[in-house]
Amino acid sequence: MRQRPLSPHATVYRFQYTMIGSFAHRVSGLALSAGLLVFVAWLAAAAGGWGSYAAAVALLSGPFAKGVLALWLLAFCYHFFNGIRHLAWDLVFGLEKREARRSYRMAIIATLALFAALAWLLFARGGATP
Amino acid sequence: MSLRTPLGRVLGAGSAHEGAHHWTAQRATAVALTLLTIWFVVSIVRLPLADHASVTAWIAHGANPVLLALLAIVASWHSQLGVQVVIEDYVHGRHAKIALLLASTFAHVLIAAVAVLALLRIALRSFG
Repeated sequence: MRQRPLSPHATVYRFQYTMIGSFAHRVSGLALSAGLLVFVAWLAAAAGGWGSYAAAVALLSGPFAKGVLALWLLAFCYHFFNGIRHLAWDLVFGLEKREARRSYRMAIIATLALFAALAWLLFARGGATP
Repeated sequence: MSLRTPLGRVLGAGSAHEGAHHWTAQRATAVALTLLTIWFVVSIVRLPLADHASVTAWIAHGANPVLLALLAIVASWHSQLGVQVVIEDYVHGRHAKIALLLASTFAHVLIAAVAVLALLRIALRSFG
């Protein structure tokens, strides 16, 4: 095969902090892809009856699993808000450097706010009581 | 003056020979997912997640199994499209790239199928 230039050329650009946001979109997306397995396992466990569901709940309530779920939640919040930024860009909206930086900061703030709210609702409060 | 060849203009598919289908599908699934995930998150925080009876009752209730199936299918689709781009960007060996793309696609279809089957089992059991 002929040697052709390959993307991405992450190293040829001068660093700017919005780059982290762009890369984090990929990383959080990949994390969510892995998280899809947990979502499906949750549905399959529920379909399997209360025994398998209890086993899944026990597995997911350990401290390590909770940490992973929290990271997954953070990835979701970020990918959600940064994804909306991407959709706005696709509509040729907010592409100017100043606007892109401002929307980046807004996305970070929204991510942290939603993450805090959801983490409190799902973990600290221990979920809704039956 | 356009730099595109007459043939290229007729085929209308761009340099990747596949048109904008991937791009469009990724955006369309993204828009659908914003709505579906908002519904899902709002529902899930009000649910006693540790209680099997409440969870399955909610899954089987009304339009929920349809929306959950849509969420699983559209999320798998969007995920497949995203992982595909990552593999295409970072895996440079031809064989490794094809193998990984195949594995990723299979895995995503499998995930969607398992989710739909699980939802069917829960939803149909509520009638029985």
